[in-house]
Amino acid sequence: MSLFANRIYSKTITSLPTLILFLVVILGLNINIIYKNYDFIVNFSYIIVFFWSLKKPEHLGYGLIFFAGIINDVIQGLPIGISSLEFLLLSVVGAFVRNRTIIFNLIYDCISFLIGILIVGSINYIILVTIFKIPIVYESLILGLFVTFLIYPIFYKIFVWIDNLVLVAENDKKNR
Amino acid sequence: MGRDDLVISARSIFLNKGNRQKFSLFTLIIVSIIVLSLEYFKTGPINQFRSVTKDIVFKTSYFISLPFSSMKNAYYGFNDYLKIHEENKKLKNINLNIEELKFENQFLKEENIRLNALIEEKNLFSDNYHLTKILLDQKSPYLRSILVNKGFQHGIKIGSAVRSGPYFIGKVVGVNYLTSRVLLINDLNSKIPIIIEPDGISAIVSGNGSKYNGNIEYLPEKNQVEEGHIVYTSGVDGIISPGIPIGKITIIDSKKSVKFFADFDQIKYVKVYFKK
Repeated sequence: MSLFANRIYSKTITSLPTLILFLVVILGLNINIIYKNYDFIVNFSYIIVFFWSLKKPEHLGYGLIFFAGIINDVIQGLPIGISSLEFLLLSVVGAFVRNRTIIFNLIYDCISFLIGILIVGSINYIILVTIFKIPIVYESLILGLFVTFLIYPIFYKIFVWIDNLVLVAENDKKNR
Repeated sequence: MGRDDLVISARSIFLNKGNRQKFSLFTLIIVSIIVLSLEYFKTGPINQFRSVTKDIVFKTSYFISLPFSSMKNAYYGFNDYLKIHEENKKLKNINLNIEELKFENQFLKEENIRLNALIEEKNLFSDNYHLTKILLDQKSPYLRSILVNKGFQHGIKIGSAVRSGPYFIGKVVGVNYLTSRVLLINDLNSKIPIIIEPDGISAIVSGNGSKYNGNIEYLPEKNQVEEGHIVYTSGVDGIISPGIPIGKITIIDSKKSVKFFADFDQIKYVKVYFKK
């Protein structure tokens, strides 16, 4: 591979977490499921924000997370700023767990993710329902959070693989 | 965990800028709260700025999502192609007498105009519309909406009716300079006054998130509504024109609901009505 192609590849790989987050919010890739009158959403953006804030915050800047939240609000038609607040609070939980943990494992990550999304979901519900008077079906919100929690391990494995790719790309860059 | 440990942790999380981070979490959370509180300003320069920002985000998102939406359209196009063959076979066997129906429709329209003139009924509603492309269609449990490529520059106002072909699909709830947001009839917040024919019973259709059926509210207890009766907009709100078909009545477990005529997955262009 030529030097230029190498640089492009390396840049793309290191920006992958940011690219994935922005694609998810711009294209609305969060899956919407209707089950027994409950209409809920599997929120991939929560998984992306939490994982990268926990593992490698240097690959997904807080400024970009804030900006992704603003775009998400505009596209989803939500009050502007609510998703940014949610994503940043999830980053706070991720950063807290990172600060207090020495050895990481999937189960511990999953439990902290569940706590994180429950906090964020509660704040989201309180703000939207009490302040902005947007009717949200509570059961749908909880169901959505629960399914998001269930698929976290799958994305954990995918993101660990991406993280390894990023590491290899960064090492190549240093060795050049 | 000691109290000091927690304070140090909290300070490190909120105030320290990490490696390659330009802003601290605390700063961004405060900015988010400020941005969120600006939602209360519905007029003035803040609203204009918000309107322009939304236009930019919508247009950018539209261009970014073009390759993905063309893949989706290709998939639906292929499915349509498969269905057309079967439909064509069926239609060949049905004698539709379209010409006859056309004349009958024309006669009824003219009769309606004459009768309205007799009772001096003024037509408050506009027949002007923009045929516009859908920029984005978003599905979330909170909002079923589409973004269309026309805004207040084109005369669109909040409350304008939106049709897909001949069918009512929703109304405009947000207008920016070049784009507008249309709240679909199946959204949880949507409440549309309707009339159920042939008995002329008035009620309200409210969305429940389903793209197939809507709930009927305020239906009289003793009503003659039966399966297959047609639901039209009643126009009693003075904004949406009366007589736009919405769907037909279905009864499941003795619960009456409206089965929408429009297929919300396949809408690419819509008619947005406006007053000149």
